[in-house]
Amino acid sequence: MQKILQIAFLNLLFSFSLFANFETDIKPLTENSFLKKENTVEKLVSKYSENEKLHTLLKAMLDGELYYSRKEFVVLKDDEVTNLLGEKLERNRKIFKKVKTNNKLRSVIRNRLSQLNLFSKDVEIRFESAKNIRSNLEKDSIPLIEKALKFETDSSVKDIHLESEAILKARFGNFEEKKIAVQNLGDFLSPEALQVLKEIEAEGGELSKLASKSIASIESSRSFFSFLETIFFGLSQGSVLLLAAMGLAITFGVMKVINMAHGEMMMIGAYTAFTIQQIFPNLIEYSILLAIPLAFLVSGIFGVIIERLVIKHLYGRPLETLLATFGISLLLQQLVRTIYSPLNQNVETPEWMSGALEINSALALTYNRLYIIIFAFLVFLGVLLLLKKSSLGLKVRAVTQNREMAKAMGIKTGYIDAITFGIGSGIAGVAGVALSQLTNVGPNLGQAYIVDSFMVVVFGGVGNLWGTLIGAVSLGEINKFIEPVAGAVLAKVIILIFIILFIQKRPKGLFPQKGREE
Amino acid sequence: MKRKPMILKIFENDRGGQIVLGVLAVVVLYVTFANLLFSEGSFLHISTYTVTLLGKYLAFALLALSLDLVWGYLGILSLGHGAFFALGGYAWAMYLMLQIGDRGVYGNAELPDFMVFMNLQELPWFWYGFEYPLFAFFMAMFVPGLLAFVFGWFAFKSRVTGVYLSIMTQALTYALMLAFFRNDMGFGGNNGLTDFKDILGFSLQDDGTRVLLLILSFLALVLGYLISRYIINSRLGRVAMAIRDGESRVRFLGYRVESFKLFIFVVSAVMAGVAGALYVPQVGIINPNLFSPLFSIELVIWVAIGGRGTLYGAIIGAFIVNYASTYFTSALPEVWLYALGGLFVVVTLYLPKGIVGIVKKEKNVTAVS
Amino acid sequence: MLPLYHENEKNVGDLKQGSRILLVDGVTLSFDGFKALNNLSFSIDYGELRCIIGANGAGKSTMMDVVTGKTKPDSGEVIFGQAVNLLQMDEPAIAEVGIGRKFQKPTIFSGHTVFENLELAIKDDKRFFKTLFANLKGEQRDKIEETLELIGLQELSKKSASILSHGQKQWLEIGMLLVQDPKLLLVDEPVAGMTPSEVEKTGEILTSLSGNHSVVVVEHDMEFIRSIAKKVTVLHEGSVLAEGNMKDIQENEKVRHVYLGE
Repeated sequence: MQKILQIAFLNLLFSFSLFANFETDIKPLTENSFLKKENTVEKLVSKYSENEKLHTLLKAMLDGELYYSRKEFVVLKDDEVTNLLGEKLERNRKIFKKVKTNNKLRSVIRNRLSQLNLFSKDVEIRFESAKNIRSNLEKDSIPLIEKALKFETDSSVKDIHLESEAILKARFGNFEEKKIAVQNLGDFLSPEALQVLKEIEAEGGELSKLASKSIASIESSRSFFSFLETIFFGLSQGSVLLLAAMGLAITFGVMKVINMAHGEMMMIGAYTAFTIQQIFPNLIEYSILLAIPLAFLVSGIFGVIIERLVIKHLYGRPLETLLATFGISLLLQQLVRTIYSPLNQNVETPEWMSGALEINSALALTYNRLYIIIFAFLVFLGVLLLLKKSSLGLKVRAVTQNREMAKAMGIKTGYIDAITFGIGSGIAGVAGVALSQLTNVGPNLGQAYIVDSFMVVVFGGVGNLWGTLIGAVSLGEINKFIEPVAGAVLAKVIILIFIILFIQKRPKGLFPQKGREE
Repeated sequence: MKRKPMILKIFENDRGGQIVLGVLAVVVLYVTFANLLFSEGSFLHISTYTVTLLGKYLAFALLALSLDLVWGYLGILSLGHGAFFALGGYAWAMYLMLQIGDRGVYGNAELPDFMVFMNLQELPWFWYGFEYPLFAFFMAMFVPGLLAFVFGWFAFKSRVTGVYLSIMTQALTYALMLAFFRNDMGFGGNNGLTDFKDILGFSLQDDGTRVLLLILSFLALVLGYLISRYIINSRLGRVAMAIRDGESRVRFLGYRVESFKLFIFVVSAVMAGVAGALYVPQVGIINPNLFSPLFSIELVIWVAIGGRGTLYGAIIGAFIVNYASTYFTSALPEVWLYALGGLFVVVTLYLPKGIVGIVKKEKNVTAVS
Repeated sequence: MLPLYHENEKNVGDLKQGSRILLVDGVTLSFDGFKALNNLSFSIDYGELRCIIGANGAGKSTMMDVVTGKTKPDSGEVIFGQAVNLLQMDEPAIAEVGIGRKFQKPTIFSGHTVFENLELAIKDDKRFFKTLFANLKGEQRDKIEETLELIGLQELSKKSASILSHGQKQWLEIGMLLVQDPKLLLVDEPVAGMTPSEVEKTGEILTSLSGNHSVVVVEHDMEFIRSIAKKVTVLHEGSVLAEGNMKDIQENEKVRHVYLGE
């Protein structure tokens, strides 16, 4: 009896002492009824919007990481138990039960969370939550949005709120409000705005015409941004082509060596990136940076070995070089199959390269592509400087233009050949690292690019680095613009035919090297 | 002076050709009799599998021969000859497909299985006429010939030569491969065409049919050889070799180089097409992998290993490499790709004239001593 | 690219001694801003033997490239006979109409025998379907034998052309030019690598050819030029500096200044 009393008292104390506080208010979350949980969430949000703990709680609930015991609520993630303040607790996790949620509840939580986030100190969070609100608009969101508008200082977040407000007014306002809102919506881009306008257009009446006008305006700006997006995709593919073709522009364009194993040099680079991640699994964030110089070195060394062992003996016999290097490419592919596996491997993308740069709701540029574009142009500049400004570049040009004369002037032609070929191969290796961020790494990685890169070099004009740049970018762009119309495979076929026809017209490419014919 | 029959005249001064074709004739005859006359249990019996394998090698030999014609004598290293072979194969496979009738899995008498699977209601227009063997066989020669003509017309007119031309031929077959891998091209996508039943009314499962195909392949090879040798022996052949050795000089002698190239290129493509048509019924399947650049470049190594610019060297090379390939891919599949890769390097570095080159050298050495 | 037009035969017109066979009029050609030919104008008469001299880079070989169709000029006109516009024709058409060329560096077909080299060059229908069934006619065979004797290679007739010495290659190429029987011969440095007696013989051959043919010789060997030349054209920086007989040229102030360096 005493015991019962004791428990009852404790319970009473527990509930009483926390009557007016957070810990008690969240108790109903342990109940089975989802409706009750929902009501609790609503109540909590209205009451504790400033409380950090609520945020953690809702977040954990949403992710299914919120657990409870008779005494407390905890977050249980990756076998670690923390309280709502993020402090680590030593608890036996077996005593905890999960707070169950269903779809409806999660959507309510998501909504409420974004409302909370609207007033976060972090602009990023406010931005995300504003977007979230916009896509889950309800009639009673208006006061919230108006409150947020007053509070908001950042213009891009403000824009989203204005858009949300306009959408709501267009849907629920009086006629005058609707009229103004419908007109205003023409300046926005989001699919939500478009949807509201379409509904109003379908209703007919005076507003219908205004809505059509705004729809036209939205669609024209959306198609403009999708055009920009296509350009971006084209640029991204072009920069991959550029990376792939740049090494070739040196070995084929400058040295006139046709290296069919060029793609395999890229493959080796990609596998270098993969290997580094295998060796240092904890350094995913930086391994890619480490992989770039290493891939250059590894592929470069392979290049030097190939040059010294095989290509050296075949200068001036391009068709034989083609065959021998093709054999090398088979050997290298098989080597990789033996060492690693015939299967494709995945190279992790570091945090800083994932995600996208959002310009507006119609245009988002993914970071990995963005970085690869920048990287490609940096490598291009590097190669340009190396060939045009460095003393090595001078010697390389001397050797390729007149071997005998260069030899007579004391240039070690064999050494220059090996180094040049090594650099060309090394650049291919670097390209492979970049590729590993876009696709899986496998023994056939290089093959997919060899024909393309030759096309780029030939299209741009052999021996002309600027030609390679323009060739790569324009082929990338053409490809991305045909793709939506014709499909990826057909686009490729069309481009190959285009280049074949182009070479008929201009056998020496876009930017031929001029001079007296031999 | 008594005029010699043309066939003897063609073989004049061609010991290599006489020997190689002679040996092949003996082998084909032996295999034929050993397969048909002796029953399965017999010690002297040769299995139908071997018959078919030999037939496949003969088709490949004809393909290699066609490549040697353009590479060895005209100096055009085609990295897309597999495309002509595959097109010829597809044309004939379309005929074989339509012979299946209602014996397919879906039992549709009008449409091949894969079209039923694709929910097609009727035969696509480009399949019209392929139920007639003569038409199909004509197409097996015409389509590769036409492709070679159109491609060559553009390429030779604009004087694309050497490595550029090679890369373009590779791009050509690569583009075709991508196209044929698409299901909606109407050629069965990556599964290709297969499950053939009959050819000209004979069952493909029959030993007799197999042997007949073997003999036909051999005769086609001999005919291809004679035509090639005749061309090479003619002044046109000498002009071709002159083009190989100094293209621009030939122009100043008044020869229109493009026409010569085009002629030989088209003849070669037609031969490759016929080879493809012979290959398909014996192997029983055709798929877009024959368009892959790898296959085309592999056949270059057949010719290189045998010895290019000799015609019979191409035949020898095709037999040796394919025999090795058959042996290794079943016994040591890992090793084969290493060996193939190594072959490319070794042959170009140390055996520029191939096996024929070694034999000739040996003979010269013994003749001197 | 025009096909081989047989009406070209008509446009060449009736070639008589002294009528014009080649007119090069105002031809300009530049490579990357460098003017290899600069408003070059001259003409050759039928039956004439003309020597063209000039320093390296004066445009001699480029002029031949333009006439034989290897290079197309930026502007100007090149007329063969009376009305054949060479600039609209490609190399085989120009060869067919009757212009033969010997290259500076002997270019013969090393994969063929000496005899086959001449057979390839001989005047005949050179369309591909004709060559497939072509056989040498009796007179063609005679012509080749004759030429072999003339160029002193009858012993080597069945041997591969690749074994020939530099001088022999020169001879073979001259032989190829002879069997081709063109109306106009463009001969680039015919005597380089020849012994004095061979040089003399070459001079004789070229002189005897003129009359029924027109011959244009480009040479550096002034001794040789002196021995055969009737009329000499001096090229300098892509245009004609002087023209006249050897004596006039040798006395010409401008020529002495730029060419002989005095």
